[in-house]
Amino acid sequence: MGVKSIVRLEEVRKTYQMGPVTVEALRGVSIDIKSGEYVTIMGPSGCGKSTLLNLLGCLDRPSQGRYYLGEQDVSTMDDDELSAVRGARLGFIFQSYNLIQQLTVLENIEIPLYYQGWPESESRAAAMELARRVGLGSRVGHKPSELSGGQQQRVAIARALVNDPLVILADEPTGNLDSTSGTEILSVFDELHWQGKTLIMVTHDDEIAHRGTRNIRIRDGLVEKDLRLRESAAARTQ
Amino acid sequence: MPDSSIPKPTPRPGIAVKTTGLSITVFRLRRAVRVGIKSLWQHRLRSLLTVLGIVFGVCSVIAMLAIGEGASYEAQEQIKNLGSQNIILNSVKPPEEQRVTGNQSSAVEYGLTYPDVKRIRLTIPRVTVVVPGRIIRDYAWNITRRVDCEIVGTVPWYPEMRNHPVAQGRFFTDDEMESLINVCVLGAEMIPKLFPLESPLGKTVRVGGNYYRVVGIMQARAKTKQAESTDKNADALIRMFIPLTTAKGRFGETIVKQRGASREIEKVALHEVTIKVSNRDEVVPVSQAIKALLDRNHKKADYKMIVPLEMLKQAERTKQIFNIVLGSIAAISLLVGGIGIMNIMLASVTERTREIGIRRALGAKKRDIVTQFLVETVMLSGAGGLIGVALGVAIPYFVQLFSKMVTIVTPWSPIIAFSISAIVGIVFGIYPAMRAANMDPVEALRHE
Ligand SMILES: Nc1ncnc2c1ncn2[C@@H]1O[C@H](COP(=O)(O)OP(=O)(O)OP(=O)(O)O)[C@@H](O)[C@H]1O
Ligand SMILES: [Mg+2]
Repeated sequence: MGVKSIVRLEEVRKTYQMGPVTVEALRGVSIDIKSGEYVTIMGPSGCGKSTLLNLLGCLDRPSQGRYYLGEQDVSTMDDDELSAVRGARLGFIFQSYNLIQQLTVLENIEIPLYYQGWPESESRAAAMELARRVGLGSRVGHKPSELSGGQQQRVAIARALVNDPLVILADEPTGNLDSTSGTEILSVFDELHWQGKTLIMVTHDDEIAHRGTRNIRIRDGLVEKDLRLRESAAARTQ
Repeated sequence: MPDSSIPKPTPRPGIAVKTTGLSITVFRLRRAVRVGIKSLWQHRLRSLLTVLGIVFGVCSVIAMLAIGEGASYEAQEQIKNLGSQNIILNSVKPPEEQRVTGNQSSAVEYGLTYPDVKRIRLTIPRVTVVVPGRIIRDYAWNITRRVDCEIVGTVPWYPEMRNHPVAQGRFFTDDEMESLINVCVLGAEMIPKLFPLESPLGKTVRVGGNYYRVVGIMQARAKTKQAESTDKNADALIRMFIPLTTAKGRFGETIVKQRGASREIEKVALHEVTIKVSNRDEVVPVSQAIKALLDRNHKKADYKMIVPLEMLKQAERTKQIFNIVLGSIAAISLLVGGIGIMNIMLASVTERTREIGIRRALGAKKRDIVTQFLVETVMLSGAGGLIGVALGVAIPYFVQLFSKMVTIVTPWSPIIAFSISAIVGIVFGIYPAMRAANMDPVEALRHE
């Protein structure tokens, strides 16, 4: 298959030292995700999903093993390089939106571009464009607290897309939303998938998990099951 | 469902993952300043309260310096008026004589004499000019107006010697001195009391039974505490000048003072002698030589020596001590202000842990976070410094306006006070900023 590998984990382990106790959150995880895949991750609470997603998101480094993002070996990078990778190649969507309350919608969307040193006029235009695409063109001057949960999550999606990332990472993006807003957000994800974006999403909901092209189940820090549900949209249209 | 044509990859202007260089740094700094202003403005009251320590520190330093500088300037001007190359000798009534004067009339003889002056001129080589002076306390009259003043019999070169120039007309001349003519030069302080309406030049003033033609008016001198302490009392400033020879002829050497029931006869040859030394460096040795010389003939302490140069040095030393004390107060208050700022910044870092996590997740490097918090602290203390400078400059202005006290804001004092406050911002901002930057992004994001 000619599709590029975007995310490749090789025997990744993550241990936390809690005083005398060593917690093994991940105990040797190997995953290979291709461009355009829509991967959902499931598993019981405390199995290491968030830990995995934090590693994938370069917020943390594996204790052992290798992580290749695109062609780069991320597992050996220093803090500044990781920051640069996060800013340029990754998009984050969190369960609790994680918008900065004192900034406006537009300013929130701009943040990744700000740290990459974009000129303000250009970052402003790009943020405006994305705000419009997620249907918040008329709300750009509002503060997050003036928006509904669903709207806030859409701001977060716009922010995750503004730097045109290689991979979009989402940790239970619908966890805080009612079913209507949840469905809205999920259809945004569907469309992102149709556009060829690579998506990795942690969820607790079986139904949601089955909207993706691939479902990974984690148990006790290990990959328990790795199911391919269907061809990714990009592959199908080829 | 909103307008959901899904974002296509945005066209990306040429950006590298790693952007460095000065232009980028300046650009980021400008933005950090803007973000900082916004965040400080959001907590206006808190920012203001945080900064008060710095405000008062800076403002008190500048104000106190200005007031101190003004006071010392005034003192130095006073001393300079006496002439820094001069040594001034005054006749004073010795303490034991003062005790003797009771209810009966008694004659007291004391003070500097003409032989003293002669001895000084003959034995001390570096003395250039000697200005002897006799001082008689009496009323000066213009028809029915009168003023209680000191009539100073002196020599024609008095004005240049004592740095006390003539404002109108002239001082009396050598010829007038030699021919015992009744001319006088009035002190400026006498004019409003004696000649409120007309110009006194060419008019006459009566003292006792003699009339004196007014030939000039001296410049007014500022009345200050320092002047009072050097001249015993404020009235001494009201002075009228006549030729020394004239004074000797008209008043003799005894003065009869009628003080209530008692009558006091004093015999004083010279009340004041000013000695000008040619070189400033020799003022002190010459003054010591004169003292040694005079003490041989004056067993009683009936004269007093004023060395303006020594007073000047003393004033400078006092000012130095004042500045050191002030500097310490300033340092302490700025330290306290800085600790206040650090305290608030630490609280702010904790409060904004989540925000720091978000920014880190979205690509902020540690140094971006450091910059953000440091810029905020520096702006806080800088703004405090500016407010402090404004207040510190305004306070002396109003003090001067309402109390007639001279204040001088030296240009470097606001600059230094402001720079120090900015430095305080950096010093006390570094720790909170580092703490913010060193937070683990994952932990920060989990923070509630
Ligand atoms: N910073 C940490 N220090 C110590 N232990 C940690 C830390 N973070 C996670 N763990 C441990 O690692 C394990 C996996 O945690 P993780 O947050 O990844 O679970 P999760 O699958 O996301 O659970 P949930 O579904 O409840 O969100 C847990 O046992 C947790 O206690
Ligand atoms: Mg989790």
